[in-house]
Amino acid sequence: MIKNISNLGDAALYCDFGTEVNKDVNNKVIRYFKSIQKENIDGINNLTPSYNKLIISFDLRKKNFLTIKKLIENLNVVNDDNLESNKIRIPVCCDEKFSLDIKRLEEKLKISRDKIYEKFFNKEFFCYMTGFIAGMPFLGDLEIALRAKRLETPRVKVPKGSVGLTEQFANIYTFESPGGWNIIGNTPSVIFDSAKENNPNLINPGDVVTFEQITKDQYNDYNE
Amino acid sequence: MITMNKNYFEIKRAGINTTFQDQGRSNLYHIGIPFSGAMDNRNFQISNKLVGNKTNSPVIEFAYQGPLLKYFGDNIKCAITGDVKFVIKKNNNDIEGNCYQSFTLENGDEIDIMTTNKSVYGYLAISGKFNLEYQWSSCSINTKANIGANNGKRMKDAQKIYISKINKNLNDKKLNYINTKIEKIRVIKGTNFNYFSDKGKNIFFDKEFVVSKLSDRMGMRLDGPKIENIVDTNIKSEGLIKGVIQVPADGNPIIMLSDHGTIGGYPKIGVVISADYDKLVQLTPGSKIKFQEVELSSAETLFKLYDLETQNLISQI
Repeated sequence: MIKNISNLGDAALYCDFGTEVNKDVNNKVIRYFKSIQKENIDGINNLTPSYNKLIISFDLRKKNFLTIKKLIENLNVVNDDNLESNKIRIPVCCDEKFSLDIKRLEEKLKISRDKIYEKFFNKEFFCYMTGFIAGMPFLGDLEIALRAKRLETPRVKVPKGSVGLTEQFANIYTFESPGGWNIIGNTPSVIFDSAKENNPNLINPGDVVTFEQITKDQYNDYNE
Repeated sequence: MITMNKNYFEIKRAGINTTFQDQGRSNLYHIGIPFSGAMDNRNFQISNKLVGNKTNSPVIEFAYQGPLLKYFGDNIKCAITGDVKFVIKKNNNDIEGNCYQSFTLENGDEIDIMTTNKSVYGYLAISGKFNLEYQWSSCSINTKANIGANNGKRMKDAQKIYISKINKNLNDKKLNYINTKIEKIRVIKGTNFNYFSDKGKNIFFDKEFVVSKLSDRMGMRLDGPKIENIVDTNIKSEGLIKGVIQVPADGNPIIMLSDHGTIGGYPKIGVVISADYDKLVQLTPGSKIKFQEVELSSAETLFKLYDLETQNLISQI
């Protein structure tokens, strides 16, 4: 199922699942990721699943590229049926002070904000991966009518909780960070909680997410 | 609690980027958390051994200008590693400090870590235990995600650092060691090496680059001749590891360091070999570097040699 395994530097395997980005390909990535996690292989010290790639980092004192490659090639991969998937609803307030780029999107996409929100809130999203910053979920796929490029000049500070769109994906800024996604609203939900060491991410790869529009009052109540 | 915390440092000047670091945290890339940990692993381990600790115990890491610390409590041994200029102040007497050599602090003494000489990071270890919070089995501070000890924040002026346990009756220890500067950074070709024009590839391996001021624990930016991309200046976002050299649209390479973002969308032209990482991170802004290509098998051998050398140094203490 892995199309090609190569080395990324001297202490990581670069597993390529193909050039396409879709749920089927991503499911394969996640199945490998979970299978390797389950095996608890001595020497592997990190796994990074993404849309269509899986990077396996290892401790060069214990293992090397060829030994890990062999283990991965002979791995028992879990079935699709065993993949856990949670359904998660995320409240989002689109008040003016939160929807920083809605005007820009209206102009770029040539549709009204009402239509943008209608399409965004009536949709189930699939979590392809989490990362970049701790807990940030990459959610797809946006309807073609909502696909826009990143800001030409990224913001130095995107507020925590911001919900952003870029190309076929939506994401949520789990804390204040630089970033270039088109911000359409803000969620009061805690998406990443480092106090929960066993499960700090609210949203994990494979989960299904829907967004629910809330008013400013509801947003403020949420914070109390 | 009072007896437990009777030994402490008061931070009279925090320094530029002073944090607690240990070996870092693993198996968290998939949720967006990098290794972190001491940048220069060899100097981190040596500092611990000089004060009789396990080599992965938490230490204070500082960059450029370090902290000025006043000590209160029972006698304690300390050691500083790196290429560091510091003085120990006892009753208004300034004693020039020597790296790689343990020394005793008494109640009321101060350590003034003035600067790292032509290098970036230095380490201060104590013959005892800092009173620290752990997250995912590590106290390493990641200031970007606010993870680790001290609420994930760098140290501030006037704050106190408590010591929960002191190991007494230690002999003074010393190591003869001089940090050497690296001239060539050895790299393995990256997974997107062929995104770059022949001219771009030649520039990468033939020309000099200069370490930019915009470098920190997350990444090192380089200035120099632009590396031309002929395929696409973006890739589908995918995982990163430390040492990866990404080239964004502006043609200037960025090397991922210990606190890097876990996912990135710029083409990877190369990856710094593990054997050269400790020395890479010590390069100050303005330093000139050149990249040199090596094959995977050589990189593995070079790491074995480097690790053996580190273990030898540690066993000499």
